[in-house]
Amino acid sequence: MNLLASIILIIGAAFTTIAAIGLIRFPDFYTRMHAATKAGAFGGTIILLLCAFCFGTLKITLIVLVNIIFFYFTAPVAAHMIARSAYINRIKQWKGGKADELEGKIPLKHTHKD
Amino acid sequence: MGDLQIFPWALMSAYVLLISALGISTWRLIYGPSLFDRVVAMDLISAVVMCIAAVFALETQNPVFLEISVAIAVVTFLGTIAFARYLEDEEEE
Repeated sequence: MNLLASIILIIGAAFTTIAAIGLIRFPDFYTRMHAATKAGAFGGTIILLLCAFCFGTLKITLIVLVNIIFFYFTAPVAAHMIARSAYINRIKQWKGGKADELEGKIPLKHTHKD
Repeated sequence: MGDLQIFPWALMSAYVLLISALGISTWRLIYGPSLFDRVVAMDLISAVVMCIAAVFALETQNPVFLEISVAIAVVTFLGTIAFARYLEDEEEE
């Protein structure tokens, strides 16, 4: 059991590190956001659940559940908001991207800054 | 279930992985080509700091560090939402 818990801890930390590597290696903003929010939230959730199993009391389990609700359920909302804001601000897609489903659906800003 | 112990080498390698993730995302925070990259890098940095607090709670067997994780989760969600709305409505007036 101790070995299993150690391996799960390393897996959670490795997911977060993979999220950081994706943040630095992907070609445009949208793919970077995809890597950072999904993999990072998943790694953090694994480590928090491991905390709940290691301490093993009801109080800690409730704290971990509140933490997962605030972290894992709000990360997609934040990612959606920041991607929509980036699209309105005319951040360019990667030139190999095939589809732009939002084209013409929402009004964009006129000037392209930054 | 209460007396589950983590091996010290696992704690140390988790620290090494998380701190390297912190360094990599700090590089993106400094050199990011647009402001949105910096916002996403800040989001990932707060997630990594949350993980480090949880691993520290596992190492010291002190569950008070998990509440630091709750505080960081709430604050970073509100921060990202505030950045997104501000950058959307910036030049409406």
